[in-house]
Amino acid sequence: MAKKIAKSYIDRVKRENAKRDKKTITSIENAADEIYKKILRKGKPMLRFPVRSLSNVSYDKRKGYLEIGKARKERTLTVNTVKGFAQTLRMMGLSRELVQTNDFATKRDVYYQSKNWAEAKFSEQSESDTVMDDIEALFSVDDVSREQLRFVPDEHGGAVAGELVVLDPDLDTGEVERIDCTRFGSGAYSIPSSVEHLSFETNAKFVLAIETGGIFQRLQSHKFWKTADCILVSMAGVPTRSTRRFIRRLSDQIKIPVYAFVDCDPYGISNIYRTLKVGSGNAAHINRFFCVPSASYLGVTPQDIIDYDLPTHPLKDVDIKRAKDALKNDPFFQSKKQWRDALEQLLKMGVRAEQQSLAMWGLNYVIETYLPAKLANSKKFLP
Amino acid sequence: MPRKKPKASRTQASSKPTAKKKSAKKKTAKKTAKKTAKKTGSAASRRQGGLFDSESAANPVRPKKKIKKKTATKTATQKTARKSASTDQGDMAIAEKMANKQKDISVSEFFAKNRHLLGFDSPARALLTTVREAVDNSLDACEEASVLPELFIDVRATESTQHVVTIRDNGPGIVREQLPRIFARLLYGSKFHSRKQTRGQQGIGISAAGMYGTLTTGKPMRVVSRTSRRKPAIELVLAIDMAKNLPVVKKESEVEVEWAHGTEVQIELEGTYKKGKHSIDSFLDQVSLANPHVKIIYSNPIDEEPIIWERVSKVLPDPPNEILPHPHGVELGILMQMMKETSSRTVSGFLCTEFCRVTPNVVKKISDETEGLGKRIDTDRHPKRLSNTDVKVLHKGIEATRMMAPPTNCLSPIGEVLMAKTLGRNFDPELVITVTRQPSVYRGNPFQVEAGIAWGGELPGDDLASIYRFANRVPLQYEQGACAITQSIVGTPWKNYEIQQARGALPTGPLAILVHIASVWVPFTSESKKAVASYDEILKEMRLAIMEAGRKLAIHLRKKRRLADAERKKDYIKTYIPQIGIALQDILTLSDTQRTKAEGNLSEVLERSRKM
Repeated sequence: MAKKIAKSYIDRVKRENAKRDKKTITSIENAADEIYKKILRKGKPMLRFPVRSLSNVSYDKRKGYLEIGKARKERTLTVNTVKGFAQTLRMMGLSRELVQTNDFATKRDVYYQSKNWAEAKFSEQSESDTVMDDIEALFSVDDVSREQLRFVPDEHGGAVAGELVVLDPDLDTGEVERIDCTRFGSGAYSIPSSVEHLSFETNAKFVLAIETGGIFQRLQSHKFWKTADCILVSMAGVPTRSTRRFIRRLSDQIKIPVYAFVDCDPYGISNIYRTLKVGSGNAAHINRFFCVPSASYLGVTPQDIIDYDLPTHPLKDVDIKRAKDALKNDPFFQSKKQWRDALEQLLKMGVRAEQQSLAMWGLNYVIETYLPAKLANSKKFLP
Repeated sequence: MPRKKPKASRTQASSKPTAKKKSAKKKTAKKTAKKTAKKTGSAASRRQGGLFDSESAANPVRPKKKIKKKTATKTATQKTARKSASTDQGDMAIAEKMANKQKDISVSEFFAKNRHLLGFDSPARALLTTVREAVDNSLDACEEASVLPELFIDVRATESTQHVVTIRDNGPGIVREQLPRIFARLLYGSKFHSRKQTRGQQGIGISAAGMYGTLTTGKPMRVVSRTSRRKPAIELVLAIDMAKNLPVVKKESEVEVEWAHGTEVQIELEGTYKKGKHSIDSFLDQVSLANPHVKIIYSNPIDEEPIIWERVSKVLPDPPNEILPHPHGVELGILMQMMKETSSRTVSGFLCTEFCRVTPNVVKKISDETEGLGKRIDTDRHPKRLSNTDVKVLHKGIEATRMMAPPTNCLSPIGEVLMAKTLGRNFDPELVITVTRQPSVYRGNPFQVEAGIAWGGELPGDDLASIYRFANRVPLQYEQGACAITQSIVGTPWKNYEIQQARGALPTGPLAILVHIASVWVPFTSESKKAVASYDEILKEMRLAIMEAGRKLAIHLRKKRRLADAERKKDYIKTYIPQIGIALQDILTLSDTQRTKAEGNLSEVLERSRKM
């Protein structure tokens, strides 16, 4: 990459970062200022948090993710809440400091940082996590994400392989690291916990998000990405925040479709795929950043079980409960008739099938037959 | 003044209970005492006091068993002997031979061989039993003579396992003629289980302690008694002739003493002194809890200073009255016995004179009830002429007839005020709660339950509550788990009263719980009289008493917690407001003045809201 381009890219990232950081700091300062002013007027200061429960979640087809509703709970500063209030404010102060020093802290880091706060320190990490969730919710109203608050998750993201170059600018040296995801040999690129500064170059036609490491391994070692001209992402179960954010940014920037390839069971459908596409119900305040509305469901579909005559296992009670719950309570499935039909079909069949059950027809059946056949008919993917 | 009551006490003076007494006596006498007592002296056969004061009523089965066993083993040896004997010898001859070997067993000898029955089974227990016996006797004597009891107890080690126990009271003293018999003869005394609340339910006579002392150390007991300031004190050195169960006066002299009246007994015995739950210290502590009018001065081999429990009341408890049995409590066998022995000439007269709450009108009702049971009993018939079947019907008729509960003025509770005083003195707690229930009745026996709770102060907060159980003011030190008192404490929902309690366990916390049951006849679980039996009525009364006390405790604890909460929240304000100040200063880059002002404002707002 030419030095010039690199410089302009770095500058752009820096500009964007500075803009984001300014917004973050303004948000924090505004919140603190409101409290301060109230105190000066001898009033009781309060904080307003969005209510974080399924009852305050809705699905807007146009927006494409589970959205948190307008319900707010107010926390007024009283004798009983004074401790939590002090801790919330101290954590906001920490966040501001992290932004200013261009640093970050994991949940555990924050817990240990609090040990400097004298009486306001946390005695268990679960306490500091709760306060952090509150702050995240508080600022999500201003479109400030947890990552922007510089609180990063401990978990790292999934693995990536295929026709993708990740541009990772090093703001200190002014160099832009070009990471070619075709060149990891039998390994793969690991998604970092913060992905906001990354940008991408690719000619791939689609992204394939895969539930299990086993299938990812197989597709990667047989260079499926080359034959199908795609990017492979391993989710390893329910995708982490950074994996979701990575795929989201990828699909936003490159504008290519995202196909999910997961097990055909209520967990694969209503937990993994639903969370990837529209976000989760109990963290709805962050869904707008952490969903991939452009995703669609390649398989394994209930119909595939019949079409490919796959070996199955009976649905467990917990599977049945999960499927029924999705049909009854989940605003996403309720708004998609195709999904309602598919789930009802699955319940009627009373069985589930894993991705790897395709191996019955041969270990590479998935590469040679199943995926090409499915991809040839991507209109039929479930929404 | 340790002694057995001389026989001319109320028990004997009142004529009414004689029938009951006789019958009961016969019943028990048949089993044990009569056999031996007849041969050892008429006095003892007439009244089985003394050694058997309390235990006679319940214990007789045991000695009987023992005696039987002896015969049984003898027969067994005889049997083997007969096998080897020539066939010429007839059964007659063997029987005669056997008969020759049968002989009287002196009560003294019997107990010398079965000391565990008397509470002398271990050296530690021997010491405690000796003190218990002496204290019971002294308190009964003082109260009968209307003297405020002052007990002086001294336990001193002579060798590591040998102790001299001295117990002195300020009672009326004992006349010279009675002294040897009271202290050195088993089965002599007056306390028999009359229908009156008495202490003497716990052990055996002081004479057994003296005998135990002689057996283990070879030393006789020493008794000093003075009946009045005008008379000299008499000192006797006494031993028991175990074969004859008769006192032997080894030495007699007049001595100078500082006290005006009272009795002192000194016994040297083998025993070990221990602290703890089953110790003399603990026993005396508990005696002082249930007897607010008693002063105790106690020296032991370990503590340098004597322990003194000052009296908290200068009033003697009302002497318990004696009452006739109530018809609802009488058992069929006893009823039969009473009818055989009565001097009344009609069933009606018998019922009216030998029971309480029976009037001619009640007799008519009983008679009506018997008609409903299949056979009307003619109450004009002579009681001795009724067949056993008739008595059975009569007994059922009595059970079915409603009648007034027995009078309850025969009970002598400690009382809420005095109980609170003794609990306060012994535990120095933060709070004392006492409850005395109204008297109630089980199986025709009046009884009354009291409960006291001492909370806080020096009491250990992490331990299970300590339980103090009393029956007729006497501490129950053994078999806590089997006792109705423990059961009702465990069954109380302490969590409702702000007290921790593990499932099925005693409550945990700085608690001492006292429960006292006063009754003319406390039902014990066994003849050893260590635990109160779980009758529904008794359990209910205990539970109600404890729950009432628990509710009052909860009120106090809740108030206390509210205050502590308020205090803590006040601290909250002081603790966390500076943190809010620091955070605001950080985020908004405030000056120190601005921060201080914000903190001041905030404190003001919160203090105001807290008060509202």
